[in-house]
Amino acid sequence: MRGAFFETMLLLVSSFTFGMASLALKYRDDRRALVGWLLITLLLGLGFVAHELYDFHRMFEAGGVPSRSGFLSAFFSLVPLHGLHVTVACVWLIALLGQLAVHGLDAQTKNGLIRLAILWHFLDIVWIGIFSLVYLGGLA
Amino acid sequence: MSRRTLSDAEAQERASEQRNYLWGFALALILTLIPFGVAAFAEWRPLHLYLLIGGCALVQVVVHFRCFLHITLARNKREDLQLILFTVLILSIMVGGTLWILFNLYYRMMPDMLP
Repeated sequence: MRGAFFETMLLLVSSFTFGMASLALKYRDDRRALVGWLLITLLLGLGFVAHELYDFHRMFEAGGVPSRSGFLSAFFSLVPLHGLHVTVACVWLIALLGQLAVHGLDAQTKNGLIRLAILWHFLDIVWIGIFSLVYLGGLA
Repeated sequence: MSRRTLSDAEAQERASEQRNYLWGFALALILTLIPFGVAAFAEWRPLHLYLLIGGCALVQVVVHFRCFLHITLARNKREDLQLILFTVLILSIMVGGTLWILFNLYYRMMPDMLP
């Protein structure tokens, strides 16, 4: 529960920082701010994945493996799938930062950033459902 | 061109959009803290807790769509809004229908074990 709360905060703040990056992108007023916000977002995303893996590790240690119960089977097919999406989004963000460094802010990089922003915000929206239904609902 | 000066109109527009993101962040934060806080520290009845968690989650989803993804009721966003609403419709038919069928099976096969 404490882990889930921490992960929720990481993802929420990362959604906000990506919003700030989108603003810097839209008004093209500050390239360094754009890269800075993207880097913060990337760190928060990686922090989320790392913390989630640590959580799973602790669950395994305590004997909470997928084959133990129906709840855990469903848990481990849902939550890591979301985590995998966050991981892929982080890889995509790294690729876009590379594109930004090599090609600068051309039409393609800009397009990619806009699309990644949509994915990123959606990842957070899906996480709302996960923490409400799985973590909090499971406790209630 | 790493930095460019914005005209007054642009700067104003940018500030208003930034406020939008800040509002979204603040509201989402509150709507996260409420269910976590109540689930952790208050002794609510499960049904009430479910309703609170579900309500906060739904409102927070709307806040995210409104403030982070800029899905508003404005005419030029109508198509996106309709796509999202249609997705929600399909999902609720799938989830609702599955639950309906499963509980029906449950009722017919193991009525003694129904909660």
